Amino acid sequence: MSTVAPVFQGESPQSPPSYLKAGHTIKSWLLTGDHKRIAILYLIAVSVFFFFGSIAASMIRVELVSPRGVMLENDTYNKVFTAHGIIMIFFFLIPAIPAVLGNFLLPIMIGARDLAFPRLNLLSWYLYVAGGLCALLAMAFGGVDTGWTFYTPYSSMYSNTNVTLTIVGAFIAGFSSIATGINFIVTVHKMRAPGMTWFRLPLMVWGSYATSVIIVLGTPVVAITLLLVVMERVFHIGVFSPELGGDPVLFQHLFWFYSHPAVYIMILPAMGVINEVITCFTRKRIFGYHFIAFSSLAIAGLGFLVWGHHMFVSSQSMYQGMVFSLLSYLVAVPSAIKTFNWTATIYKGSVRFQTPFLYVLGFIGLFVVGGLTGLFLAAMSTDVHLTDTYFVVAHFHYVMVGGTIMGFLAGLHFWWPKFFGKMYPDNWGKLSALIIFIGFNLTFLPQFVLGYLGMPRRYHYYYFAPEFQFWHIASTAGASILAVGFLIPAVYLLWSLKYGPDAGPNPWGAKGLEWTIPSPPPTTNFVEIPVVREEPYAYDAEADEREERVPAETKR
Amino acid sequence: MNFPLMPDQASNFARPYDALFFALTALTILFTVIVGALVLYFAVKYRKGNRVDRSGAVESHLGLEITWTVIPLILGLVMFWWAAKLYVDTRQPPQDAMEIFVIGKQWMWHAQHANGVRENNELHVPVGVPVRLTMISQDVIHSFFVPQFRIKQDVLPGRYTQQWFIATKPGKYNLFCAEYCGTQHSEMGGYIYALPPQEFQKWLASGGDKKRPNQPTMADLGKQLYDRLACGNCHGSQDSPRGPSLYGLYGARRRMTDGSIVEATASYIREAIKNPYAKINEGYQNTMPEYRELTEEDLLNLIAYIRTLGTSKAPGPVLGNAMPAQIDGGNR
Repeated sequence: MSTVAPVFQGESPQSPPSYLKAGHTIKSWLLTGDHKRIAILYLIAVSVFFFFGSIAASMIRVELVSPRGVMLENDTYNKVFTAHGIIMIFFFLIPAIPAVLGNFLLPIMIGARDLAFPRLNLLSWYLYVAGGLCALLAMAFGGVDTGWTFYTPYSSMYSNTNVTLTIVGAFIAGFSSIATGINFIVTVHKMRAPGMTWFRLPLMVWGSYATSVIIVLGTPVVAITLLLVVMERVFHIGVFSPELGGDPVLFQHLFWFYSHPAVYIMILPAMGVINEVITCFTRKRIFGYHFIAFSSLAIAGLGFLVWGHHMFVSSQSMYQGMVFSLLSYLVAVPSAIKTFNWTATIYKGSVRFQTPFLYVLGFIGLFVVGGLTGLFLAAMSTDVHLTDTYFVVAHFHYVMVGGTIMGFLAGLHFWWPKFFGKMYPDNWGKLSALIIFIGFNLTFLPQFVLGYLGMPRRYHYYYFAPEFQFWHIASTAGASILAVGFLIPAVYLLWSLKYGPDAGPNPWGAKGLEWTIPSPPPTTNFVEIPVVREEPYAYDAEADEREERVPAETKR
Repeated sequence: MNFPLMPDQASNFARPYDALFFALTALTILFTVIVGALVLYFAVKYRKGNRVDRSGAVESHLGLEITWTVIPLILGLVMFWWAAKLYVDTRQPPQDAMEIFVIGKQWMWHAQHANGVRENNELHVPVGVPVRLTMISQDVIHSFFVPQFRIKQDVLPGRYTQQWFIATKPGKYNLFCAEYCGTQHSEMGGYIYALPPQEFQKWLASGGDKKRPNQPTMADLGKQLYDRLACGNCHGSQDSPRGPSLYGLYGARRRMTDGSIVEATASYIREAIKNPYAKINEGYQNTMPEYRELTEEDLLNLIAYIRTLGTSKAPGPVLGNAMPAQIDGGNR
């Protein structure tokens, strides 16, 4: 490292203890206000939910191997896919990156000691857990069978499963998101260190900021909408059911007004992570900083105006559909801008093929396929045939699941040494990244074909069209590989906590304020608030290469 | 085990649909390959320790940014327009289309032909003739999906939706419910039988699969219901103080007490029977009882009968020339 503008605070005898050692009681964790500890609490919680969601996913894939199912009843199958959707979307994909990586890193990245409202941050974790427990209880005691979309009037008038409790769970979890969103927005506005101007913000902060704006504007709408479903269900106040004088399509408008932007809530933070990792492992400044930053805001803004593309066959008017289709094509542009900027960032870099970078490559691969197949669904006429089929299932798994998980794992592997001060075995990391990428594609590529052939989603049986079986078996085989891919990191990451070698403050030679403080960081992050004098990503691939080539002896 | 790659092309929409689908597929593959190849090429070429020229790297380039903003934008707009044009076709049935009525319910499809032939989970249609489906659900939202025809339309409770197509190839095709509708959603399916026109006419005349010819038509059944419920007491051949005549109602534009103009479509007539207070014709009181017990089949039959009472001319300007200009202006 040639120039270190921020004050470097390496390990020294008088440096304060790390946040992990700042108290060992359970109380010191459960009543903590430290954003880093709350991030760890979130990490544990989202991992538990991911585990449950994966079990449900495995049951679905096993069941679809045969046209008449394998082991489940219709009702059970419906409850399983509903559980999979609700757990994965509300309790894993939405909080995973903002609440774990964002929580831990956002204050450090801007040179702050904590988020603006530490207690609100802790409250949001408790709300999240409370919401999650409601949903899990609803699933454990009878289940819910509406699908994660809760379409009316099925959810409000017909389903006799635990819809109300599940909705209460999602409602509570929504407030957890809102609290985190407000916290991030205020923190970014008010707590940047001296010299940390808006355009010196790491792009992950921009991504988290854009996400927070969507959360704060969108989540209240879905919260109220779900509450209206409960009102109709419990008190028979007619809003959505035609029997009570309501309009069932109204629900879809309100629901997708949030739930389409929710896709961006999942993917924008992942894109933020990619910027941090790709610059470090290519030793390059990010290409087109301003374009990437503003494309995040463009996605956040336009994302609110495209919800109707979920409704081309819903009886929505033709002209309304055209507007939504056009706007959906516009939202593809900022996504393309980001992808090309990342490609250009690699150009003339000094590329290190380490675990986090492999996940970046995986992210780009899955995101490009997922994004482009979105064009089929934004196009009005192709959507007619493909909507509500496995094509949609494949598409949104590529974009929001593939994108988010690749981003999450890239970030987790990148900052794991910062979180815990330990390194994991890089070779195992690379192997599992490869397995996950291959498994993911084997699982979901066949589903594009299935969708085009006409396999509807949420189908337990397909004996009307047994010719679908080949592709289902292929998909299930891929899912088995994917499962192995997810198990490996779980093992070596936990192993590294005890046996991993010490990482030191900056094992990757990365830029950014978080790498100037010890790993794991002390509770207050910075002994002295740093003064930022440097542009973000001040990497220099050429200088780095020159340094690498100097023989080790002369270096000493 | 076979591994099919595309569904049969069996309707007028299939070929133009597939052309667009393949264009989008080509675009997807092209861009995936371009990005994938560039990313991998750069990553390998500029791997750490590889002695290549790294000088002159820039961190922004306006020309490049504009290029990769404008090219996707133009391609996107072309695709949007292509798809939108095609979509408009699928939403505009020809005037002379043969009409079939479809009712979705948990968990079956019920179809009624105008001459009274009914079928469950099957639908027979002639090849080469435009067919228009008028569909409604008795309970939750369903969706009428025929992959080989490349058509799908949600079927809603409380409102009629439409779908049209021309079958182009005799055969047996899948009918799926594509909107999740509860326990047996995945079994709410059946088959579409596309028959050559003469064969279809024979099938229809012989009373369908159940071989019951000379059934009462839908309009006959509607007339029976009209008489039994004594609709004519208030809605006779002339407007009466109690209610407007139903003669010439279908497709007419009527003025409501709240000043709005409503076209008497099937959905409007259905609502006026089930929930007459929703919209009251100008000059009348809301004295009609709600006929909530009528099934969707009853309602379709009644509407079929009302249609036989004459339809207005093709939809023109609001209330034609009889409409005073200032009232028309008030609604804008």
